[in-house]
Amino acid sequence: MLRQRITDDEALEKPFNKEQFKRLMSYMKPYKKQLLITLVLMIVAAVCGLLGPLILQLAIDKYMFKEKLAGLLLITLAYLGVNLISMLCVRTRVRIMVVVGQEVLFRLRQDLFNHIQKLSFTFYDSRPAGKILVRIINDVNSLSDLLTNGIINVVTDVFTLIVALAFMFSIHFRLALITLTTVPLMVLVIFMLKRTIRVRWQTVRKKVSNMNAYLHESLAGMRVTQVFVREPETREVYRQLSSDIYSTWMNAIKVNNLFWPSIELIAAIGTVLIYWFGLQFLDQGTVTVGVLVAFTGYVWRFWQPLNNLCNFYNSLLVAMASTERIFELLDVRPDITDGENAVEMPPIKGEVRFDNVTFYYEPEKPVLENVSFTVRPGETIALVGPTGAGKTTIVNLISRFYDVVDGRVLIDGVDIRDVSLNSLRKQMGVMLQDPFIFSGTVMDNIRYGKLDATDEEVMEAARVVYAHEFIKDMEDGYYTEVQERGSRLSQGQKQLISFARALLADPKILILDEATSSIDTRTEILIQSGLRELLKGRTSFVIAHRLSTIRNADRIMVIDHGRIMECGSHDELIKKKGIYYNLYRAQYRYLMAI
Amino acid sequence: MDILRRIMGYVARYKWKAITAMLFLVLLISLNLITPYLTKILVDDVIRGGKRNLLVPILTAIFGFAACRGLLSYFRSFLFESVSQKCLYDLRNDMYTHLQGLSFAFYDDNRIGELMSRMTGDLEGIRMFVVGGLSILLENAIYFTGTTIMLFSLNAELALITLAILPFIAWVAVKFNKTIRPAYSEIREQQANLNTAAQENIAGVRVVRAFAREDYEIEKFEKENRLNQEKNKNASFIWARYFPLIEFLSGFCAVALIGYGGWMVAIEKITLGTVVAFNGYLWMLIMPVRMLGWIVNIIGHAITSGKRVFDILDTGSSIKEKSNSYFSDEYRGDVVFDNVSFSYKENSILFNININAPAGKTIGIMGPTGSGKTSIINLIGRLYDVSSGRVLVDGVDVRDWKLSALRSQIGIVMQDTFLFSDTVEGNILYGNPDASREDVIRAAKIAEAHDFIMEMPQGYDTIVGERGVGLSGGQKQRIAIARAIIKNPRILIMDDCTSAVDMETEYEIQQALKKIMKGRTTFIIAHRVSSVKDADEILFLDNGRIVERGTHEELLALKGRYYELYMQQYKDLDEFRSKRQVI
Repeated sequence: MLRQRITDDEALEKPFNKEQFKRLMSYMKPYKKQLLITLVLMIVAAVCGLLGPLILQLAIDKYMFKEKLAGLLLITLAYLGVNLISMLCVRTRVRIMVVVGQEVLFRLRQDLFNHIQKLSFTFYDSRPAGKILVRIINDVNSLSDLLTNGIINVVTDVFTLIVALAFMFSIHFRLALITLTTVPLMVLVIFMLKRTIRVRWQTVRKKVSNMNAYLHESLAGMRVTQVFVREPETREVYRQLSSDIYSTWMNAIKVNNLFWPSIELIAAIGTVLIYWFGLQFLDQGTVTVGVLVAFTGYVWRFWQPLNNLCNFYNSLLVAMASTERIFELLDVRPDITDGENAVEMPPIKGEVRFDNVTFYYEPEKPVLENVSFTVRPGETIALVGPTGAGKTTIVNLISRFYDVVDGRVLIDGVDIRDVSLNSLRKQMGVMLQDPFIFSGTVMDNIRYGKLDATDEEVMEAARVVYAHEFIKDMEDGYYTEVQERGSRLSQGQKQLISFARALLADPKILILDEATSSIDTRTEILIQSGLRELLKGRTSFVIAHRLSTIRNADRIMVIDHGRIMECGSHDELIKKKGIYYNLYRAQYRYLMAI
Repeated sequence: MDILRRIMGYVARYKWKAITAMLFLVLLISLNLITPYLTKILVDDVIRGGKRNLLVPILTAIFGFAACRGLLSYFRSFLFESVSQKCLYDLRNDMYTHLQGLSFAFYDDNRIGELMSRMTGDLEGIRMFVVGGLSILLENAIYFTGTTIMLFSLNAELALITLAILPFIAWVAVKFNKTIRPAYSEIREQQANLNTAAQENIAGVRVVRAFAREDYEIEKFEKENRLNQEKNKNASFIWARYFPLIEFLSGFCAVALIGYGGWMVAIEKITLGTVVAFNGYLWMLIMPVRMLGWIVNIIGHAITSGKRVFDILDTGSSIKEKSNSYFSDEYRGDVVFDNVSFSYKENSILFNININAPAGKTIGIMGPTGSGKTSIINLIGRLYDVSSGRVLVDGVDVRDWKLSALRSQIGIVMQDTFLFSDTVEGNILYGNPDASREDVIRAAKIAEAHDFIMEMPQGYDTIVGERGVGLSGGQKQRIAIARAIIKNPRILIMDDCTSAVDMETEYEIQQALKKIMKGRTTFIIAHRVSSVKDADEILFLDNGRIVERGTHEELLALKGRYYELYMQQYKDLDEFRSKRQVI
């Protein structure tokens, strides 16, 4: 019954798209000079490479005789020189292009990252984290080859082909033609075979990434697997995935390994043809022995540029798919941005007003409908109601994590869309139910709330939430590394740390969204008494299930179906005998049934 | 060397394939060694010597040899690939099976990312050695000796002159690989850092936004991004320093051949054909020397990778099953803790715990964070072993139990709910793959999950988990509860698994559970008094010791820690009650 669900709908290749290619190339624009130098270097290197067989031919025909020894020495030195130039060209080219290519990759990646910092939760809600990550890391990486080598290589390869042809035709026209007869065959083999090879390796890559995804998840869920004794089934799934790789791999190898022998065979045909016809030309006296030897060398020099061209074509297709994804992400418009005339939010006093607020993701499913309320500075408001009633939405709107569809959210009388996001959020402290812990030390994690806080300040914040005790008992105290989403901490400890983090930020408005659900009651009550001092004069919103948390609030708002059903202090609402009263009673129902 | 021997042990399972491949290889090389000699005959005898009648046979031979070489090299590499993939397949499965057997303690200490890199990068290192290292090592060794013999037999003097540079090429090639290897591993490390920086930013986006830390995040990422750029440049610069130099030095052999060989032809010490043949052999000799660095690298890599892989395979599980372990057809679910103490990594967690929970009883466990609640229940399923004392299930020490039998009787809902990337149904079925859709729905209803599941776009077929629809904490917890229920366990353990569920729902869940857990044993860890108050015995833990125990009433009468907690949570209950009486 064990299945694995991997939705890999990302295209691996895309046809060439001129617009996007142009856009990608615009990143190369600042480096025109470097590109030009590289091109010249590559062409020089290509000529040097082609001179090799020519020199051998000259040596054989003209200088391998007693009277020409000085010439032989000269040509040997010339050969050495050509090699030296070629070496220097390659070296310089790599040094230039790698700087250019890496700078472009850096820019592209940074642009992507900077861009996603501006996107709102709506964006993150709509796609899994993994897909965003792949764009920033893998898609940018996959452009590396195209940018550092691909484009330059393609120009030089075309050039090499032309020069080689020119050399051959100028030496001996008919022999050149005969040599060329094998080229169409070579082109055919390279392009046909490479296509199949490419497709098959893609299948392998997909299978490998499937297996790795499964592996990652089964390692993450190993505890669950062991507890449920599901080892045999997961092992079977893994074995199946693993054996898929074996068969697809061998399938790819079957065609992959045809490539090199085919090229060799075609080159052998070329060699045979050259000697067969060449010998006749030799007898006619139109060619020399050296020319024959040189020509067999040229046959070998054809397939390399042809192969490179083919590889370039393939990597272009892959790069196009990545490019499309990268630009698609860059083109996502941030939907929550600072207004044109956004001003700094002045220091918040703490009045929060909802003025006829309506909010929904989809019009037919309203989340909040015409919600209006005013919270006075320094009040503590508890939000109560069933799951999905809209409690979290209300607090999300206060921090402007989403924008209202209709109506206004005002803080100290200012519409929050009129102030800069940064100045608004800096004055709020939000604590979420699922606390996020960054990898790094405990100290760093708390300090995230106020980057320039001293160690003393961090510890003070930890003391207020009673986190100091357990932190100092950890192996390196505040400097203990917490790894991979803080896996060494219990849920309650994570909540305490993120609580300390929120406090350190010294927020004017504090929002606690089921932030203490995993903290034991004793600690929670201790925290509350500490907080009371600290939060004097600050507005706070609390969403909680525990009555002890709720009942201390100045006012309690009962939310259901996107509306505020009741509002008042605990005593008032109890007296009113409405929804809260019933909720409250329900919570005690079985306790009283003792 | 031990590591290489162990790798070879995997290869040995496919020894006939490997031997055939080697045979092909030897044949292939022999053909390759003869080819330049054919060219020599062609140039010297046919072209210059005028023996035209030899032209057709020689050309046919050249072509035929090429065809045979093609076939041989095709099957040779096919066989080598097949052997290496088989070995990889075996190793992967061995690793996976072994990882499944390792205890919780192992997973506490090892990061998933680290294990992943062993299962991917390191296994790849071993594959490279099997497919490349072995065959290429052999191939090059034969080429090297073969070509050297051929060259010296053609002309020793010319051979000495042209090959003088070889040791130098070898030296540079080895040095190149030694320098570039750490550079590449630095790139890999930096890529991992970059990955973490981006991944945490995305996963923690709510925190980043809430604290308006975008600029700080950008700065942090830019630092990693810049380092990544530097490391890449660094590796390429090393490449640029060495690789063209190796090319140049290899070309130097050809230069020496033209110069010195040309002179020898001029003074008629050797024939032109010899020079042409030399030219052919030269590359067969230069290649192995250039590959030397690569081979050294592959072997080095295989040794480090192999060590990391075998380290895991050699890690014994701290939880060992006895040889004739206990299992039975009928289980009751009695749990007894007999003076149990537990310490973990030199920290004492539990001291002298005694619990008696015969089948049918419900035990509630309370206590502050870090008091050892979770440790207690982890000992029941033998996820960890006790340091002293005994944990007995059905009267048998859990260390004497067959692990799978023991754990099949226990349904645990863990604090940190983990769901797989599968449908809701698939996740619930994880508890019991043989259950029907009706069973799934029944379990979901008991866990109060049915209603919200039905509201999801594809109901029970909605994909959840890391790569699926995001669920709230409470929803995840309820699916996890359904998963444990469907297992129909004799012992149900719930570790603070309703913390994100509202009280009313929790109450409903408990009422439903009470019915199905009749005659079975239940352990409940909770922070709310309401969650545990109906338990047959409530244990109040502090610092690893049971400080209070008894029923709800007994503990209230005790007016101790439990009472204090109760009063904090329900201080207005009495007031409320009196009001109700007035009503």
